[in-house]
Amino acid sequence: MIRNVIRAAWIAVGLTAAPVSAEEPFIVVQSTTSTQNSGLLDYILPGFEAETGIDVRVVAVGTGQAIRNAINGDGDVLLVHSKLAEDQFVADGWGVERFDVMYNDFVLVGPKSDPAKVRGGMDIVAALTAVSEVEAPFASRGDDSGTHKAEMRLWDWADADPTDASGTWYRETGSGMGATLNVASGMGAYVLTDRATWQSFGNRGDLEILVEGDPRLFNQYGIILVNPDKHPQVRVSAGQRFIDWLIGPDGQAAIASYKLEGQQLFFPNAK
Amino acid sequence: MALILNGDAELWAIVLLSLKVSIFAVLISALIGMPVGAALAVARFPGRRVLIVLMNALMGFPPVVVGLLVYLMLSRSGPLGVLELLYTPTAMIIAQVVLVTPIIAALTRQVVEMLAEEYSEQLRSLGVSRLASVPVLLWDARLALVTALLAGFGRAIAEVGAVIIVGGNINHVTRVMTTTIALETSKGNLALALALGAILIGIAVAVNAMVSTLSLQAEREGLRHA
Amino acid sequence: MRDLTLDMSSCLSVDGVRITRKGKSLLNVPHLALDGPGPTLILGPNGSGKSLLLRCLHGLIVSDRGQVRQDGVALNADHKARQAMVFQQPVLLRRSVAANLDFVLKRQGMPRSARKSRIEELLAEGGLDGKVRQSARSLSGGEAQRLAILRALALDPETLFLDEPTSALDPNATQMIERMILRASTRGVRIVMVTHDIGQARRLAADIVMMQGGHVVEHGAAKQVLDAPKSDAARRYLAGGLVT
Repeated sequence: MIRNVIRAAWIAVGLTAAPVSAEEPFIVVQSTTSTQNSGLLDYILPGFEAETGIDVRVVAVGTGQAIRNAINGDGDVLLVHSKLAEDQFVADGWGVERFDVMYNDFVLVGPKSDPAKVRGGMDIVAALTAVSEVEAPFASRGDDSGTHKAEMRLWDWADADPTDASGTWYRETGSGMGATLNVASGMGAYVLTDRATWQSFGNRGDLEILVEGDPRLFNQYGIILVNPDKHPQVRVSAGQRFIDWLIGPDGQAAIASYKLEGQQLFFPNAK
Repeated sequence: MALILNGDAELWAIVLLSLKVSIFAVLISALIGMPVGAALAVARFPGRRVLIVLMNALMGFPPVVVGLLVYLMLSRSGPLGVLELLYTPTAMIIAQVVLVTPIIAALTRQVVEMLAEEYSEQLRSLGVSRLASVPVLLWDARLALVTALLAGFGRAIAEVGAVIIVGGNINHVTRVMTTTIALETSKGNLALALALGAILIGIAVAVNAMVSTLSLQAEREGLRHA
Repeated sequence: MRDLTLDMSSCLSVDGVRITRKGKSLLNVPHLALDGPGPTLILGPNGSGKSLLLRCLHGLIVSDRGQVRQDGVALNADHKARQAMVFQQPVLLRRSVAANLDFVLKRQGMPRSARKSRIEELLAEGGLDGKVRQSARSLSGGEAQRLAILRALALDPETLFLDEPTSALDPNATQMIERMILRASTRGVRIVMVTHDIGQARRLAADIVMMQGGHVVEHGAAKQVLDAPKSDAARRYLAGGLVT
């Protein structure tokens, strides 16, 4: 009997525990939670995979961690949204070249009660100043992600350093966008989020968009091939093919056609 | 929710991968942990107590730390990078083996040590050396050891921190129950996340029930064939 | 079947054996020679060192001083391989009745076919024929002890040590075990058995070792020790024993 059980376990386990179909070409893309949680990648990747036979494996983490993973060589392509950090990545030799892919924007969401009275404003810097003045609860990613970097830049422009208030009204979750939205939803806090994640987020509770449309909320995504000079194992041709596709007409059209609840979430802008 | 009840193929693939990874990890952990635990139970050498304390402490090793260590080993810039194992099910199995082996070894040590105490004089009288007594004790402790396996399986199947780091939660490749739950939670799909959690609990209950039934049956049959 | 004359010439002896724990002397036997065919019964009150002496003779405990000798040679692994022991609480493997016997037969390198018939033979000897496949742990106390004795006999020992094998059993079970022991003795197995039961000593013993406080106070033919003890200690124990 025991022998039968062990045999059954081996049959259940043995066949596919090895890396799935090793002969199928694939690339690993280090990307951000916003591209995955919004459903964009699930929507556009099947087209590329059908056309090329290349399986795209996406690791979705914050921009900061994605860049660190890419520096370690644990990915072939980097698709993130923090232009300064991306340029630095290329300048340091970790990436081959950076290309613009698409953009969307950040929005400030907050509780319907809106204690800082920022609803309907277009000036994000003024809104943040108001939040910090009334010390209304604010949830921050606090994880060195693209969104977090953008948020810190905005606080800088507001001449405020909310990290002084860390732990009081300013809450750093150290987590992804979705987890941070869950926190904000739970405590009725303001939070800066990319529109795509917000649009696809299912646990909004009392939260709604309060400030949007400020040009400073622009959120650019870039794509970079990890430098094979640094990591010879990088799958150069397949990775380059993906980049060419994404910034080419097919990929750009696919991005533009992705809509959630009738709303376009990402706007292709490759040159 | 309807998606789950209708037995969505994608969901079943995720459930199956979870089971495969964790069962494989537990089997490997048992192959390592049981002999080590039994050896620690019967052997007498300086530093043995320290080793046991260390092993017991490893039972509570934070999965995230294990994930990080395995990541650093398997990363292309790590010592085992050439194996290209990062972001594969194999990487998740490795991480779970690191997590589960101390549990199985520690519980085995405990069970076997109690049995060894009972058998000690009898086995010595029969001229069975300490080393030769290991398989005897392991076999005679088999029913208690099934519980150790289940404890290990419970830790493996429910763990998220390590597998999300070394597996990357890649759709169709390394996405398992727990990382799916984490993903759905981060999307704010709390109901779906809870439903997946319920399935996970259901699997745990089913596996426990199955193994305990099988081991009872095996016990009876084992006696008949002896 | 063992050659009886050879057994009679074999001698198990103890010389200057001492065991001290935490400054307390537990066993102190300057000289004891077991050279008769037996059964030898070691008799004495609780804590008199009977079990300790038995374990020394079997090599389970190494004395602080002195030596146990078999035919004048210090007890070695070969000697021990020709000894077997049955404990007060039978220690049975968590397996079937047959598997408990199979375990020792296999260790002796007996081929599978021979093992099967030997197991049947042994079980018949112990009246356990119907229990081949039963779990050994589910046997009654008497059955379990009979199985333990069968397992010891499966080793085909020259000497069989028994440490109060019937102390937890009812008269019926005790009687079955005493018969097994006598049959083994008749077949030439030297029996060395610890008991505190004077009646049992009378029923089984050829010679008796009387112990008290870690000392051997008397060793002689059963009849002589029981009916005309020379030492005060033996006299007192026998008198007390008769009362209860």
